[in-house]
Amino acid sequence: MTTENKYIVGVYGDDDLVLKAVKNIRAAGIKIHEVFSPFPIHGIDDALGYKRSRLPKAAFMFGALGLTLALTMQFWMMGYDWQMIIGGKNFASLPPFIPVSFELTVLLSALGMVGTFMVASDLKPYRKPKIFDIRITDDKHVIAIDLADNKLNKQEISKIVAQTGAEEVNEKSFE
Amino acid sequence: MSEDKFVFTADSQKKLLIAKLAAIVLVVVGILIVAFGGHGHEESEAVGHHYHWLHRVWVNLWINNIYFLGISLTGVLFLAIQYASQAGWSAYIKRIPEAFGGWLIFAFGLTLVSFGLVNFAGPNHFHLFHWLDHSLYVEGGENYDAVIAGKQGYLNLTFFLIRMVAYFILWIMMFRFIRNESLKEDSFGGDGHWRKLRVYSTIFIILFAITSSTAAWDWVLSVDTHWFSTMFGWYVFSSWFVAGLSAMTLIIIWLREQGYLMQLSSSHLHDLGKYIFAFSIFWAYIWFSQFLLIYYANIPEETIYFVERLKSGQYAWVFFINILLNFIFPFLVLMTRDSKRHTIFLKIVCSVILVGHWFDFYLMITPGTLGENGGVGFIEIGMAALFAAGFIFVVLRTLAKAPLVAQNHPMMEESLHHHI
Repeated sequence: MTTENKYIVGVYGDDDLVLKAVKNIRAAGIKIHEVFSPFPIHGIDDALGYKRSRLPKAAFMFGALGLTLALTMQFWMMGYDWQMIIGGKNFASLPPFIPVSFELTVLLSALGMVGTFMVASDLKPYRKPKIFDIRITDDKHVIAIDLADNKLNKQEISKIVAQTGAEEVNEKSFE
Repeated sequence: MSEDKFVFTADSQKKLLIAKLAAIVLVVVGILIVAFGGHGHEESEAVGHHYHWLHRVWVNLWINNIYFLGISLTGVLFLAIQYASQAGWSAYIKRIPEAFGGWLIFAFGLTLVSFGLVNFAGPNHFHLFHWLDHSLYVEGGENYDAVIAGKQGYLNLTFFLIRMVAYFILWIMMFRFIRNESLKEDSFGGDGHWRKLRVYSTIFIILFAITSSTAAWDWVLSVDTHWFSTMFGWYVFSSWFVAGLSAMTLIIIWLREQGYLMQLSSSHLHDLGKYIFAFSIFWAYIWFSQFLLIYYANIPEETIYFVERLKSGQYAWVFFINILLNFIFPFLVLMTRDSKRHTIFLKIVCSVILVGHWFDFYLMITPGTLGENGGVGFIEIGMAALFAAGFIFVVLRTLAKAPLVAQNHPMMEESLHHHI
């Protein structure tokens, strides 16, 4: 029997319980695919052992790119390609370029961050969402475990999940 | 919650005393160098009076007086902001900004005394504030200055002194209200004191919004009497605020290293770091807004301020170092999360910012008063160190008077569990 595309789904009614369950399940050596909850659970990132997001680094890179582009563009346009006398200033003078540079830095940093986030989170149009349990938008918390990620079989994992206080332990697969 | 009290040990007091003595020695050495170094009595075109080494001491007195007064006010303002915004995270560290207010009463005396010294005690009729010169207002006289005479309604000695005393009375009064209420909360508890503190804090913030601007015009802007800038009040405020936040963070880190504030978490430091990061950018924004408009409009009576600084051998380097230390350095270093959570980065950045903003005030006041005779030497370092030692002494003494951590603060639980 293949374990491809098969998930064990533990349904919980309380956020404290989920936090404890996550710790216990991970302590048992089981890899958790994802946790879903209707509201943010404080400390869940640490419990899941997530590394810090690398998004700030991407934001910095895009910001630096924006700054470079803005300065290059302005110095090339105003200083070389189409020189114009404005206020009797030098063709290439830094102070008037700062506001535009600032704006482009912020713009590229923000857009780049959104884009990176969408790519990293696999948020693309027409993507079919994997809904493990429709009640995650209502009053239930869900821990999803991908069978393909784990060495233990279905029965063993279901047993451990049930022991952590899950109200239901379901099996879910997607087309 | 711990009941620990900060103990201002004899050892710390001795160290500060030694620092003060060393600073005085530095000032004396600096004076000797300036007085006998061959540049003692040069004619200064910019000021119009004969230069004397004492002028430089007076100018430094005024710079440091304004600078440390601002740091002290920042403490009270920070506290007021926490109450007005009902912030919880800062409840654990609120006694440190509160202790900064202890300097205000000394600053009052120092400001009155140094105002007298810098304007009326100087050799060769030295006035730090050019507009105090009586001959400027004699119509038809040799020195008559129509522009300054037109400002006489605001810039005259009587009104100036009335304002000076009024600012201090308002500030000290509001600080006493806040401090007393905070101490009452320690003894009696309940959230009634906290609610009263919110009212006092809001009143202080409104008063400070106005008085910080007018005080900046009076004490810093009027040095360059002809020149004016509508950004100036904000500019001085932002400089004060970053410097004050840095001083506060440094003292908190020092206390932690001395074994106090054991429940201080990296999240508290992170928030302080964010404050410093954000207001360094705010300062740069104000700095640039002032600069760009004057640069672009290119009106001689406005550009003279920057010409005096950029096109001068003495001040050009200070002009650039100002931007480097106060914006570029903190901006790049404090950008990452880790640097705001580790004390080593905060210690470096805060120290750099404190030096940087001293230079900021130096650059605001010196070119208009000393002109070509200004410089950075032992006098500057010594006077700043003397004020710093005195300020730290007063702050630590105030800190030792009350429990180091506020008792019965309604937000204390939230502060202890602060997690970001």
